[in-house]
Parts: sequence; structure tokens; C-alpha cells
Amino acid sequence: MIEGLLIGLGAAFSIQNLLMVIAGCLIGTFIGMLPGLGPMSIIAIMIPVAITIGDPSAAIILLAGVYYGAIFGGSTSSILLNAPGVAGTVASSFDGYPMARKGQAGKALTIAAIASFAGGSIGALLLMIFAPMLSTVALLFHSAEYFALMVVGLSAIAAFAGTGNVAKAVLMTLLGLVMATVGEGALFNMPRFTMGLMDLQSGFSFITLAMAMFALPEALFLVLNPARSAQGNGGKIDNLRITREEGRKIAPVIGRQSIQGFFIGVLPGAGATIASFLGYAVERNIASKEEQEEFGKGAIKGLAAPETANNAACTGSFVPLLTLGIPGSGTTAILLGALIALNVTPGPRLMIDEPQIFWAVIISMYIGNLVLLILNLPLIPYIAKVLAIPRNYLIPFILFFTLMGSYIGQNNATELLILVGMGICATVLKFADYPLAPLLIGFILGGMLEDNFSRSMQLYDGIGFIFERPMTLGLLVIAVLLVVVPSYRARRAKARQEGVAEGD
Amino acid sequence: MALDRWVAFVILCAALAYGYAAFFTMDALLPPFMQRNPIWPSTFPKVLAVLTIATSLIILLGLEKSVASDKEPDIDYRRLGDYHLGKALTLLGLMVAYALLLRPAGFLFATFAFLCCGSFTLGERKFHILLPVAAVASFIVWYLVDEVLGIFLRPWPFFI
Repeated sequence: MIEGLLIGLGAAFSIQNLLMVIAGCLIGTFIGMLPGLGPMSIIAIMIPVAITIGDPSAAIILLAGVYYGAIFGGSTSSILLNAPGVAGTVASSFDGYPMARKGQAGKALTIAAIASFAGGSIGALLLMIFAPMLSTVALLFHSAEYFALMVVGLSAIAAFAGTGNVAKAVLMTLLGLVMATVGEGALFNMPRFTMGLMDLQSGFSFITLAMAMFALPEALFLVLNPARSAQGNGGKIDNLRITREEGRKIAPVIGRQSIQGFFIGVLPGAGATIASFLGYAVERNIASKEEQEEFGKGAIKGLAAPETANNAACTGSFVPLLTLGIPGSGTTAILLGALIALNVTPGPRLMIDEPQIFWAVIISMYIGNLVLLILNLPLIPYIAKVLAIPRNYLIPFILFFTLMGSYIGQNNATELLILVGMGICATVLKFADYPLAPLLIGFILGGMLEDNFSRSMQLYDGIGFIFERPMTLGLLVIAVLLVVVPSYRARRAKARQEGVAEGD
Repeated sequence: MALDRWVAFVILCAALAYGYAAFFTMDALLPPFMQRNPIWPSTFPKVLAVLTIATSLIILLGLEKSVASDKEPDIDYRRLGDYHLGKALTLLGLMVAYALLLRPAGFLFATFAFLCCGSFTLGERKFHILLPVAAVASFIVWYLVDEVLGIFLRPWPFFI
């Protein structure tokens, strides 16, 4: 591991890569602060830039920096405006916004920055320990297990979509898989489902799909309902200091939540949002009686808990991505797509074949957290001015960047029409309360899922591999249970609800 | 019928077409030597088609009981008329126009026009700020993409 660390240090401390981290964090913070734009949209917009850099380590370092910056920027807007730009920072606004209302905005931001820093750094440490272990195990996997593992990942994502929404999330995942079969596959040299259109020969472009699923609907929603984006006035932020006593109060919270958040982040489908809500709930339950009263009215513990947990979870979500090549969240799915576009296949072989990428990413996580703490925190009062940019300018620019992103990826104007068409479909899906992240994850995993499935079918000459490999069977059973159990429980809950509550 | 079930219905129709293609038309093109493979190009799509049809039927028929959520939806399609629907549609129209104009009109002009019209649609009337901002932004983006990233973008209309 020491050897790996040295490789990573060597790679990450080149001038280029340091600039990448700093630029990524700043860009991420800027855009992440804008209400309504989540990390997925920002990363999707940044991907064409990252791909043209050409160097995979630099590109993923840039994107990881953007990711951290976006989460940090999201907490800033949820503290200052009560308008979380990211679902993962909703819990931060519970106590952060009351603090800002009491005139402690500066202090709240400092706590958020310290908690994020600690969560991210401890998460990176755990990642350094667990990722090599997991990838050693993963090297034993065959394509049959990979196939089963991807099915588990996809169904876990659907299962975490929430009660009553499991079928919708499953349907979206399937739709993503269906879209992935369009075009010419690697295994069979024949175009499928292109309907004779040349533009579909190589399938849908993943960048276009990512833009259409996230950036475009979010921008359209801002147009449709301006009330959704609270406009900031760039108010005064001062007094960034916290006292020693407050520091002592939040230290144990940070310790607990880093570890809890990390492991929640490792689970596919869980991720930062669940980690932050759970972290908040857990800390509230174990706090003393008089402290519990404080929660929701500006308790520093209530701010530190979700902030730590969401950053630790972001780091944790890199574990399945880097070791198995299976993304657990929409954001890591987009990162996976970017890596594949750069000709890097994440998975257990990554640590052996291209250790410099793996370790450079980990080292850059530390640097990224440090940059956020020492560079962004003092700059926050100035960066917060971005909240005062009028929407009239902001929205055309967001739309323009989505267009630009999908155009320079393909250099094809038809791609822009596909983008608009899919963006409209995505907006309708969003209206109908269908989750969009599973679609993108399904789309990105689709090709790999089919490859592994086909390879196992060929090796075992039929579907028999499911029964001959106990681990494959076990994983598939888990996958089915993950989908079936929540909907069964939802039925029971509904039945119970109908028994007591009045109908609507 | 609620919107989510309409969507499920549309997806069901698409899945039926997809399944028809996978089950009945795709294999006709398969060369004989590949037919001895245990897996065909249509195998995976067949599985997907069946699963998609089943799932969309579950939603369409309302088999999965959803627990009534008390969280306020982000945006409610039933009140679509209250929102700025016209503005959103105009912006979408502008995006289509941009896609069609990008090649013939050149990047600089198309972008400048898109940014100006977009801001104008959203209610911006301070032209002394809007026009310079749009012009400078178009040029900066063109410079970054074409000169720095090295991706060719034709700056001027086709006749120059």
C-alpha cells in the first residue's frame, strides 16, 4: 500500500493535476451553489472538457474535484438560502438555515466545511483500506458473478428508490437497459434497433443522455416555476470562527458519522442522500434531552452530522466504482461513463494495470478536501455572490452548455435534436414522478451486463451457469428479494394505513 | 388516469414494439453459423422486453400500492397552466432552432442569437448589458473550445 501511495503522490502532485483539483473544486462550488443544479448535471456538463484533456488521471481528478465542490456548494446554498441544490444536502438545511437566520451564517459555513473535510478525509482513509481488499476478492469473480453482481446493483438502486416507487425505478432501469441495446454491440457485429438510422448506428451517446436526463429538466423546472429558485441577495457573511467548546461538541459526531456515512455510501443505491438523513436522525436520537430540543432550531450537531455523512458517503460510493466497476449512484455512473470514454475500465484490474489512476484519485481526494477547506472557505463570501446572478442570464447559459456539451462530444448537429427530444421525455418522466438516475445507471451498465451475460452463456453453453455457480445463484436471489420485499412491505403498510386512517 | 400511468402505457407500447422486433424480425438476419451459438443478438433484448412489459403492466394496473406520501411535490403537473409553460416551450424551440442553425449560421452568430433570445424570453430588457455579455460569452466559449481544446467549430456563416 505504501508503494501505491507513493505512486499516487507522484501522480497527484504534478502541477497539472494540482491545478485540476483546484479548478474542479472551484467550478463545482460555483455551479453547485446554484439552486436546482445537482452534481450530476455539473459533472455531465464538465465531461466533454474532461475527455478532451485526454489524460485519464487528470480527467477523473478534475471530475472528482467537481463532485466535491458541488456537494460543498450545495450545502452553502442550503445554509444561506434554505434552497438545497442537491438532495444530499437537504438535511443540512434543517439546522444550517436556522443558524444563518440567527446571524451565524459564517459559523454554520465553517462547521459545514470542517465536517465535510473530516468526513471526506476519513472516508478516503477507509477507501484506501477497503478498496484493495475488495478488489482482491473481486479478482476471483467470473463473468457469471459479474453479471449477477450488476443485477444486484441495479435492483438495489431500485429498492432504495422508496416505498411505492420500486416498480417505477425498476421500469426506469429496464428502459435504460433497453436503450443500451440500440446500436452496434461489441459482441455481435450487427446493428440492432437502429430503425435504419445512421445516427443511431453507434447507439445513444451517453453524454447526451446524461445532459438530457439531468441538466435539461432541472433548467426547465427553474423556468416553469421560478419560486423554486430562491434568489439570494449576496448578504453579508462574517465571523467564520468557531469556539473550542463547539469544536469539542461536534468532534464525536464527526467521528461517528464519517464511518457510518462511508459504509452507507458503499452500498449501491444508498449514497449521500440517505446517509445524510440517517446521520441526522441517528445523532438526534442519541443526543441528550436538552440537546434534542435544539435540533431543527440551529444545533451545531444537527449541521455537522449530515455534512459529515454526505461527504463520507460520496467517498464511499467510489469503492464499488473503483473495485468492481459498478456504479452505485447516478454521479458515479456518470464518472464511469467518462472513464470508459477515456479508455479506462474500472474494476479489480484497475489497481494492477493502472495503479497510478487508482492512487491518484485517492490522493486527490485528500487534496480536494484540503482545497475546499483552505481555499473555498475564505472565498465563500465572494463566491456566494453567484447566488445573485439573475436567472434571466443563468438559464440560457445552462441550456447553452448542455447543447455545447453534447455537440462537442459528437460534432453532429442531429445529436442536439436528440438531446432536446430526450430532454422533453425526461421532463415528462420527472413530472410523473419517475426517478431518472436508474435509467442512466441502467444505460451505462447495459453494455457490460449483456457482455458478461453472453460470455457466461457461451462458457456454460446455456443458462446453466446460474445453477452451477452457487455464488451467482445467491446473488441473483438477493437481487430478487431486494425488489420484492420492499413492495411487499409497502402493500402491508398500505393495508394497515387503510385500516386506521381516513380515506382520501 | 394519472400521468404516471399514461407514461407506463406509452412505455408498454414501446416495449411491445421492441419485443416484436426482438422476437420476430431480428433472428431472420442471423447467419446460420451463429444460430448454433447459445446466445443470439436477440437473447438479451427478449429478456428485457418481457421484463419491461411486465413492469409497465404492474404500474399501469396499479398493482403496486404506493403509500400516500405527505411530502409536497416539487412541481405539480396538474397545475401546469399556472407555470410559465410558454417560456419553457419557447426555450425548447430556441434549442431546436440552434441545432438547425449551428452549421449554416456559424457558431458565433448562432450562440449570440440563442443567448440573446433566451434571456429576452425570460424577461431581460436591459439590452446594454445583455448584448455585450452574450457577444463576449460566445467568443470566449468559441475560443476555449476551438483554440484551447482543439475541437473545430466553424465560427462564421457558410458564405464567409
